[in-house]
Amino acid sequence: MGKDLIQKSLKDSLFTGIIALALFGPIVGLRTVAKNEVLVVEPKWFVVLLIVAFCAVGRFFINIYSYKKEQRRGEPSSLGKVISNFLDEKGAQIAIAAIAFSVIFPFMPFADRYWMDIAIMMMTYIMLGWGLNIVIGLAGLLDLGYVAFYAVGAYSYALFAIHFGWSFWICLPIAGLFAGMFGILLGFPVLRLRGDYLAIVTLAFGEMIRILLLNWYELTKGPDGLTGIPRPSFFGLPFKRYPDEGVETFHTFFGLEYDPMQRIIFLYYLILVLALITNAFTIKIRRLPVGRAWEALREDEIACKSLGVNPRNTKLTAFAIGAMFGGFAGSFFATRQAFISPESFTFIESAIIVAIVVLGGMGSQTGVVLSTIFLIGLIEVFRDFESYRMVAFGGAMVLIMIFRPRGILAKRKPTITMGKHG
Amino acid sequence: MEYFLQQLINGVTLGSVYGLIAIGYTMVYGIIGMINFAHGDIFMVGAFVALISFILFALTGISLPIVLILVLLIAMVFTACYGWTVEKLAYKPLRKSFRLAPLISALGMSIVLQNYVQAAQGARIKTLQPVIQGGFNFFKDSNFVVTLSYLQIFIVLVTIVLMAIFTLLITRTALGRAQRACEQDRTMTALMGINVDRTISMTFIIGSSLASVAGVMFVMYYGVIDFYIGFLAGIKAFTAAVLGGIGSIPGAMLGGLLIGLIETFWSGYISIEYKDIAAFTTLVIVLIFFPTGFLGKPDIEKV
Repeated sequence: MGKDLIQKSLKDSLFTGIIALALFGPIVGLRTVAKNEVLVVEPKWFVVLLIVAFCAVGRFFINIYSYKKEQRRGEPSSLGKVISNFLDEKGAQIAIAAIAFSVIFPFMPFADRYWMDIAIMMMTYIMLGWGLNIVIGLAGLLDLGYVAFYAVGAYSYALFAIHFGWSFWICLPIAGLFAGMFGILLGFPVLRLRGDYLAIVTLAFGEMIRILLLNWYELTKGPDGLTGIPRPSFFGLPFKRYPDEGVETFHTFFGLEYDPMQRIIFLYYLILVLALITNAFTIKIRRLPVGRAWEALREDEIACKSLGVNPRNTKLTAFAIGAMFGGFAGSFFATRQAFISPESFTFIESAIIVAIVVLGGMGSQTGVVLSTIFLIGLIEVFRDFESYRMVAFGGAMVLIMIFRPRGILAKRKPTITMGKHG
Repeated sequence: MEYFLQQLINGVTLGSVYGLIAIGYTMVYGIIGMINFAHGDIFMVGAFVALISFILFALTGISLPIVLILVLLIAMVFTACYGWTVEKLAYKPLRKSFRLAPLISALGMSIVLQNYVQAAQGARIKTLQPVIQGGFNFFKDSNFVVTLSYLQIFIVLVTIVLMAIFTLLITRTALGRAQRACEQDRTMTALMGINVDRTISMTFIIGSSLASVAGVMFVMYYGVIDFYIGFLAGIKAFTAAVLGGIGSIPGAMLGGLLIGLIETFWSGYISIEYKDIAAFTTLVIVLIFFPTGFLGKPDIEKV
């Protein structure tokens, strides 16, 4: 038996090696390099050899291992199940602890500029994830063009702030409103489509918005982007070392030393509050009739129709509200960067946000946080390996789908149940 | 009139490329009901394999017709390996999973392929010296000379030949029958003693080879490629598949042709900056007014 197994595994790993050679031979092994404006091929056989050997040996051990596992055939313990059970029991305490941690985070000793930037980025993605969770998780509409609303929010914030000089707190709701209106505008014709068609159409819309931003030079400055977007102020007190004549700044008002970190910390709290508002809104709206209609529609559209729920209007509200939160996040992005260009709103951003929602477990608010920390952390860890980090990211997407097709927190409790829990 | 004719020629050429990619989408959708989002990137890999082999063959001095055939074959074989592997790794484990899982997995695979090629081949655009030059000129007396290049003839001819072989394969061979049976009912097909897994693998292999031929043509026609070409070409070919009616193979060819024509006429007469918008708008309009495309079967929803 054992000999047979080894023989079979060897054969299999030989086959794997051949396939790996075919896969990596031309693309990795023959790198095209421009020399004197003519492309020449630079062989890199050693790398290919390493990869092929790795694949073949890896395949061999996987075969042996999976055979042994098959013999044992125990109940596989699932990390996700453990996590979700744990969260079920201690959910409320953990949520409070997590919020408390994020509130004191900027004053932790290790929270320097680098960590703060990562924290702000993660918070932005968490907010976007929570916004998109309304569309994907609650209403079950796969939106692959969410970044369009992010872009609309960012550009409308930037344009209003630059041309009219309005403050952040006026522009923020306007940006959200614009993004929401775009959501209705784009959603209206397409929301009756089935799942994967809808996905492609939303993707097309996302790209259309980007192409529009790229080519409408008079309004958006095209690929040059918009510069000089006003920074947010602390209720009218700007964060500047050398303010204009007669303007009181944040540090003089509070009698502090000037420190550029003050602005960063303020931005951090800003996005924290925005994200928590998104979360609170979602938790509340799930219990309202419209939220329940979303979830019902996700489960069975025909049943909903026969119960008198208007699917189009219901989906449209989800789309518009999701878009609105995307717009809020967009205006935060614009004010944080002070510079936006269509570069920031490519399809890959949409893919990242969708990945966050789906990998977290659709409809799970905690799942969004976990998968953001995991995915954005992954991208961050691989930062030094510039082009490999997205390979790792895509690979993680595939792997999570294979091992946990419903996401990290797959268990989905109905929001409203009949009986004593009600 | 001359300008129109020129656009028509260019459009048919472009349409051939899209049609070949669209077949891959339509076949996979027909057989396992998922949008193979990574298919555009398979096309991109095909273009890269073609580029590398063209460069290598340029050193050997083999005559052009043999080089063309060899490059086509090499691209088909190596790209088919990619299609096969992607299916085995990313889609097969998810066959019984819920609706969105394969789509997300395909999305991940698309990101992996793009960035892997970028890492292995570099992010800069690659230029290939023209392989086939020259052509016929018409209307030499008028102020707009219409050119029909040999390359365009080659592209259209190869497409027609491949489509003919492919149609025969689907309608006349055992494999084609098995594929059509899998499309209708996979469980039942398995009960009839047909290896469903192998049939699905073959579908991916055929689809990827056709996409790789499109890649060869793309690199010859435009002479410029980078790791990102698969994304746009993929969406447009998908649009073509939807336009023709997803699941229908003649529909994919027709749709590809239409998308190619729409795009060329749009950039010829309206605006070249917004040429991608033409394809996207077509997609939206088609899906709203003919959700099943021109040659697709109507989709009846049951409780």
